[in-house]
Amino acid sequence: MSMHKRVTLFAGHYGSGKTNLAVNWALGLKKQGGRVVIADLDIVNPYFRTKDSAALLEENGIEVVSPEFANSNVDLPALPAELYGVVQNRQRYAVMDIGGDDRGAVALGRYAPYILEENDFEMIFVANFMRPLTLTPADALEVMREIEQAGGIPFTSIVNNTNLGPLTEPETVLSGLEKCRELSALCGLPILFTSARRDIASKLNISPLLPIDIQRKYYEIL
Amino acid sequence: MSKVLMKGNEAIAEAAIRAGCRHYFGYPITPQTEIAAYMAKRMPKIGGTFLQAESEISAINMVYGVSSAGYRVMTSSSSPGVSLKQEGISYLAGSDLPALVVNVQRGGPGLGGIQPSQSDYFQATKGGGHGDYHLIVLAPASVQEMADLTVKAFELSDKYRMPAMLLADGTMGQMMEPVELPAENSGKTYEKPWAVRGTENKREHNIINSLYLVPEQLEVKNLERYERYKEVEKNETLVEEYLTDDADICVVAFGIAARVSKNAINAAREKGIKVGLIRPITLWPFPSEAIAKAAEKVKGFISVELSMGQMIDDIRLAESCKKPVVLCSRVGGMIPSPEQVLKAIEDMEGGER
Repeated sequence: MSMHKRVTLFAGHYGSGKTNLAVNWALGLKKQGGRVVIADLDIVNPYFRTKDSAALLEENGIEVVSPEFANSNVDLPALPAELYGVVQNRQRYAVMDIGGDDRGAVALGRYAPYILEENDFEMIFVANFMRPLTLTPADALEVMREIEQAGGIPFTSIVNNTNLGPLTEPETVLSGLEKCRELSALCGLPILFTSARRDIASKLNISPLLPIDIQRKYYEIL
Repeated sequence: MSKVLMKGNEAIAEAAIRAGCRHYFGYPITPQTEIAAYMAKRMPKIGGTFLQAESEISAINMVYGVSSAGYRVMTSSSSPGVSLKQEGISYLAGSDLPALVVNVQRGGPGLGGIQPSQSDYFQATKGGGHGDYHLIVLAPASVQEMADLTVKAFELSDKYRMPAMLLADGTMGQMMEPVELPAENSGKTYEKPWAVRGTENKREHNIINSLYLVPEQLEVKNLERYERYKEVEKNETLVEEYLTDDADICVVAFGIAARVSKNAINAAREKGIKVGLIRPITLWPFPSEAIAKAAEKVKGFISVELSMGQMIDDIRLAESCKKPVVLCSRVGGMIPSPEQVLKAIEDMEGGER
């Protein structure tokens, strides 16, 4: 994972772990030097947002562009003008967190022409095969096609982010990888890497593997 | 059965389908829109009906129609939308019709905001619409319970011929957790000889109605209904008790507030404070007996709520004001922190140790 595209887009079924992965990806990119901007295009999810990690990102020198009203009490899914800067200013790496499903990907359509013209992007399908509406590779393929239709950018690769939240086991990740291979065969796209929570990743002997940190934790079930 | 990772809202929708619900009517509103979105995706694939009505009022009256025909049916909304449904809910209650109404609460009053709240407690448990009636009100505290209590709500609603409400909040709707979904066709079903679905010339026709112009008849209807409510109170109260056996202080909380409270209670126990939790799972019927029993031995109660203090009234009624009850709350979309609850516990115990 040394030669990175300028723009990395994370899209997929909602709840697949896109936001968390995008935050981890941006932090990793920044460590390798250069300017990094992370853009939150999620206009469908009201609660769990890139902005939740804004302090951490900014401390690490990463620019954050998110909808003005994200995480506020205002239900106004407007996108900020700065987003054009993310796709037009080619001087920095851009990480784009796309909203879930085709409904979330609609917002990408506005920026798709700039991204396609520059043609230096990785459009990643984040797969979590523990989600009830994407339990099979065929389900995932359907979601993939819907997102491409809505967002106007074809996927270029798959990331296996299969997890069951706090109950994730190494086997959970491996069974997801198996399904990603089937999905890869169906759609012809490569699997870029597998991502897993740091403690799970340490028990996995697969490559390439990206250990990730969970950005936000909620009250555990007691 | 293996577990899957779901949002609370999705868990409600899938559990409803598995409980045999094939009719959903609703209108989108944050933070419960995923219920409608999930139904829109799933219902057409299983021969069910998903219909986005032109308003919440329209949706609740469609629920009335399908319920009259004897089928399991639901609607869902969030606080302002549930206010709009109140007339229809009163009509359902007045016609003795079962139905599930989900309220994924957000801050109020008015349009309020989109962040979580529990400030519709009064509306849910004290009637909400006009007339004398109750809803069965269930309060989930995890994504698992969002699924399990949805099935339970359909069962109880059919059994007692009264509408049920699942009273969740924005965090419960939006958070993702592993969940074991109920099996297909789960939940008890009940014969519905009262349903309006054709007589086949074999019986007198059924009439579903809430209009009784003769006061003597309307009084009888009300009295009959309240006999049924007594049965519900006797048989269906659900409550979880956590570390109450030796407790000197009793926290009372439901939904997300109960989860925050458990963190605080564990922290307090580490400091040697004997504190426990009573978590009402049914808000109506309210677990008054458990509260009254606790009042015999604790020095006081702390009601942890995401409201200006609504359930606190039911606690005081349940323990006949024998012991002090204090409120620990945040409102407007805010959630009390475990530290805030811990401080309330320490204050009742007699200050920092």
